[in-house]
Amino acid sequence: MTTTTTGTPAATGAVGAARTRLEGLAKVTGAARYAGEIPFAELAHGWLVLSTIARGRIRAVESAPVLAMPGVLAVLHHGNAPRVDGDYTGPLGAPDPVLQVFQHDRVPYVGWPVALVVAETPEQAREAAEALVVRYDQEPHEAEFSAGHPDRYTPQGSDSPAETAKGDLAAALAASAVVVDARYTTPEEHHHPMEPHAAMARWEGGRLEIVDSNQGSGFVAQELAHLFSLDPASVRVRSEHVGGGFGSKATRPHQVLAAMAATVLQRPVRVVLTRRQMFSLVGYRSPTAQRVRLGADADGRLRAFAHHAESVTSTVREFVERSADMGRVMYDADAHHTLHQVVPLDVPTPSWMRAPGEAPGSFALESALDELAEKCGMDPIALRARNEPESGPVSGLPFSSRQLQACFREGARRFGWAERDPRPGRRRDGRWLLGTGTAASQFAARAAPSTAAVTAEADGDFTVRITAADIGTGARTALTLVAADALGVPPERIRMRIADSDFGPAMIAGGSMGTRSWSWAVMAAAGELREQLALGGVIPPQGITVRSDTTAAIAALAATERHAFGAQFAEVAVDVTSGEVRVRRMLGIFAAGRIVNPLTARSQFIGGMTWGLSMALHEEAVRDRASGATVGADLAGYHVAAHADVPAIEADWVDDPDESDPVGIKGIGEIGVVGGAAAIANAVWHATGVRHRDLPIRPDRVLRAGDGGRPGS
Amino acid sequence: MAPPTSSAITLNINGEKHTLPVDHRTTLLDALREQLDLTGTKKGCDQGQCGACTVLLDGRRAVSCLQLAVAAEGRVITTIEGVADGERLHPVQQAFLDLDGYQCGYCTPGQICSALAVIEEHAAGWPSAATADVRPEAGVPELSAEEIRERMSGNLCRCGAYVSIVQAVARAAEEAAQPGASSRPWQADGPGEPGAPADGEAVA
Amino acid sequence: MREFGYRRADDVQGAVALLAADPGARLLGGGTNLVDLMKTGVERPALLIDVQDLPLDRIEVTADGALHIGATVTNSDLAADPEVRRRYPALAQAVLSGASGQLRNMATVGGNLLQRTRCGYFTDPAAPCNKRDPGSGCPAIGGEHHNHAILGASAHCVAVHPSDMAVALAAFDAVVTYETSDGPGELPLAEFYLPVGRTPHRETALPSGALITGLRLPPAPVAAVSRYRKVRERASFAFAIGSLAAALDVRDGTVQEVRLAFGAVASRPWRARAAERALIGGPASAEAFAAAADAELAAAEVLPHNGYKVALLRNLVVAVLTELTEEAAR
Repeated sequence: MTTTTTGTPAATGAVGAARTRLEGLAKVTGAARYAGEIPFAELAHGWLVLSTIARGRIRAVESAPVLAMPGVLAVLHHGNAPRVDGDYTGPLGAPDPVLQVFQHDRVPYVGWPVALVVAETPEQAREAAEALVVRYDQEPHEAEFSAGHPDRYTPQGSDSPAETAKGDLAAALAASAVVVDARYTTPEEHHHPMEPHAAMARWEGGRLEIVDSNQGSGFVAQELAHLFSLDPASVRVRSEHVGGGFGSKATRPHQVLAAMAATVLQRPVRVVLTRRQMFSLVGYRSPTAQRVRLGADADGRLRAFAHHAESVTSTVREFVERSADMGRVMYDADAHHTLHQVVPLDVPTPSWMRAPGEAPGSFALESALDELAEKCGMDPIALRARNEPESGPVSGLPFSSRQLQACFREGARRFGWAERDPRPGRRRDGRWLLGTGTAASQFAARAAPSTAAVTAEADGDFTVRITAADIGTGARTALTLVAADALGVPPERIRMRIADSDFGPAMIAGGSMGTRSWSWAVMAAAGELREQLALGGVIPPQGITVRSDTTAAIAALAATERHAFGAQFAEVAVDVTSGEVRVRRMLGIFAAGRIVNPLTARSQFIGGMTWGLSMALHEEAVRDRASGATVGADLAGYHVAAHADVPAIEADWVDDPDESDPVGIKGIGEIGVVGGAAAIANAVWHATGVRHRDLPIRPDRVLRAGDGGRPGS
Repeated sequence: MAPPTSSAITLNINGEKHTLPVDHRTTLLDALREQLDLTGTKKGCDQGQCGACTVLLDGRRAVSCLQLAVAAEGRVITTIEGVADGERLHPVQQAFLDLDGYQCGYCTPGQICSALAVIEEHAAGWPSAATADVRPEAGVPELSAEEIRERMSGNLCRCGAYVSIVQAVARAAEEAAQPGASSRPWQADGPGEPGAPADGEAVA
Repeated sequence: MREFGYRRADDVQGAVALLAADPGARLLGGGTNLVDLMKTGVERPALLIDVQDLPLDRIEVTADGALHIGATVTNSDLAADPEVRRRYPALAQAVLSGASGQLRNMATVGGNLLQRTRCGYFTDPAAPCNKRDPGSGCPAIGGEHHNHAILGASAHCVAVHPSDMAVALAAFDAVVTYETSDGPGELPLAEFYLPVGRTPHRETALPSGALITGLRLPPAPVAAVSRYRKVRERASFAFAIGSLAAALDVRDGTVQEVRLAFGAVASRPWRARAAERALIGGPASAEAFAAAADAELAAAEVLPHNGYKVALLRNLVVAVLTELTEEAAR
């Protein structure tokens, strides 16, 4: 059957109207199937064995007794695993060496993969993996990070410089009427999406097929093709529903292992990580030690700005937690210095975790601004207004839009900031001291090349295909609204298909770039299709398909400072006799371009702010110096905020038009995290008079700080 | 002689009886997911520390990851797949859908099963750690946002959708409190098992 | 998790007989701790004896006014019980502050008493641990110990007991009743948990092969004005870093009777008898409360990172006893 097109339909206004999620019904009924939940005939189960030493060599993997155990099909390790090739540059650069699983006998940290036991059932695989004896030749290790570590170095060769400097810092500090020189630390933090990493691999029709939980099936497919030296067209990765990612769901050992085992056994194999294994296999946020020096005139105008950030990397791959980047955008000064240094340790390689760089960096920077406001006797919002730069402090480029002050104004109005007594320790409610604090938020609005295909179907509907990922952001729904507006049809006529590497290259859900990048590609294809359809004619049975590729359009984008901004406010209650800190309310006002779906966008902002709260008060992975292992590697040992910790959090936005940007959409997945911990720490200072420069603000830290800072009590 | 390490058992799930062989090591969670294709119940931590695997056992919420399947024989089991009344969503499900009480959706079945029980436990007069005075004479506290947060704290949501989850639970609880509301559609098929937390004191 | 047999016991005698017949047998109650430890490899039983069908799920007031709580009563039912809430409100509060709604529905009274420490070294079979693997060492002492013991610990183990319920029970002089193949027995809670010494792996004084049948809570009018305060690193669903069960009887400004027990400071719930002695007959004042706490905490031996617990417990004693004094005056 064919349908005749009827010219240009009216625009629908789908973008900007709140919509519940397309997959919502499936999620609330349990019908939505995640990667580890799709049945396959003859499925075998792999269970990982990880190293228990922090440095050394594997002397022996005693697999014979394990192979005799019930149901055990194979034990893969460095002595028998298929070879993989890690000598390539993938979509995210050179691969993490941990992807070259079982290729040698070296152990660079606790939790390095040393064997995979494959069995008929998960119970059999687990018991066999526990029973497997691995013998090591252990070498001395170092796993403890500290500020000023003698092995720290300034990394080279990143696409963004590790260091920026202008002006004479020492002279500017000396000439400043007010100086803040403060050191801050943030601990090792872990993503811990609720769904553990899971992948099923099988060979089907001559192709390697992976059913996975990831943030970008295209990227995973490319990496697997490289690793196994396969034609890219012969690898297919799908990831329909993803139970959270936050940066951790890239290409990780489990996909490689599933593919290896499926190849060896010639049957489908599923590998699911345990929560404990996630502590060493899927990346984490490095601990940081940061020093911020601010020099200002008495009126708060900055003369000197320096932000130096140290973080951990592993011995196998360099990763830089870019905590000092935020100051390159936020504040200018005659003397302006930012620096990143890393310390290589015998620990897993850190990675991107929701708001990488900005999350820990904003804690230090926005705390320091609050300290400067205190020293200058200024309102912290007025201090920021005084230091609003004309252009990028380091780049010199103009801002495409910068509505930071509008966010502060609107936030201050709604939060009731004007009624705040700036003196600390003045408000009390029973055993609780009360305080409020604020901080700025910022995250870059970047885009990456993506492709999309939009098909006008013969039945009058439209099918969009794009290798996007919906990891909980609402991308599936947002892209449907974007497509509807671009095609000028109601969203009900769009069939959105995502998360299949066969749909072509596209950006991952990461860097707050997913929805922006995918929308661009969808708008391009849909716009062209709409033009074609406007010419009239008959739609053939296979439909009419237009493909887009945004590579050229993105390259043509004018160089500007393009960011989302925001202002966060927090009210806390602190019991200095028990050390307990409770957040009573938070408000975030953001300027983040065009908001596609207000319902899910609000949830993204609030979710990010909840991360800020969790980072401020709870999250901390503790590494044992003696063993190099994480102590309490589970969700009882690693606390993320629970329901009872999270109060009424509100998020809203101001208009943020950007005429220079063809897509107008900025990412919103990360900015909510940025500044939240600082707003809370600043509020704790306001409540108690004590600065907390080390996260998390645990009860023992509040207790140790004592109540000495409580004037008026 | 060593005792057998597996058994044939019958599980009563969502009103249906399933007879299956289980390795004694198999948890109820794994039996549901790996043997019965009931994958709505999620495995988040497998250690009772996240709540994603929450189901109802004899009408009470429980983490199925720490419940051995063999020990669940004889219990009335309700999973997320048994919460809706056919095509008609339970008010708790509808509230999660309408108010966007989730993001990635992985903790959602556990949150919903937990919320069903929270509403029941509160109706049965159970106090919580957020209850200022636990003495029965003090009566039942209102199911405030603070009470909901405390009672739902066994269900972690890493996306940070707590704010809308609490709103959804509050709306569903209000609806359940309306006269004539049935908050327990899953009991319609139940063979009169002890569903409600019967030992709690009912306080009008 | 290694393979194991499973038997569901019909009666107490049968359960005890099964237990006596197999040294590798363990009792399965709610499983909330045991199944977790089996998954991590800390526990490797050969046989599980499921006690869920045993007739030990009742809470009854006995003729002498005591409360008898069956061993398989769930934590939820204990906390919801009107008699418990009326006569021992701190016990209900303690139970409600533990774990989550789901876990409280599963966990039993007997299992709660017998739960193992949450020390991160104990739960990681790759780490040394004298409690799990006697003689292997205690890495917590030189490592991560910010939530470890300040009272009654030894050079062999500094782990704390994780139970909230047991802290309230310690304050109220609970007695544990049990059954063995040789007949019934009982242990006051004060004698139930063994000192750490050189044998941290030996945790209770229960005879081998014993099945806990329940608890007896003697009448304690003082408990009617009681409170459990728990401090933790999350507002809910977290183990204590310090907790206090307290009951107070004040007349005319003078302390007539007081009960104090500390949680998360020792390998067992810590009945603060020195503090109680210091308070009896004296004034109900903040100064007296602080001095009493100091009397108890004088014995504290702190490590580099857990010394804050001394101030925490002292502050909790002052705060909670002050609140109870006000409550008693109303």
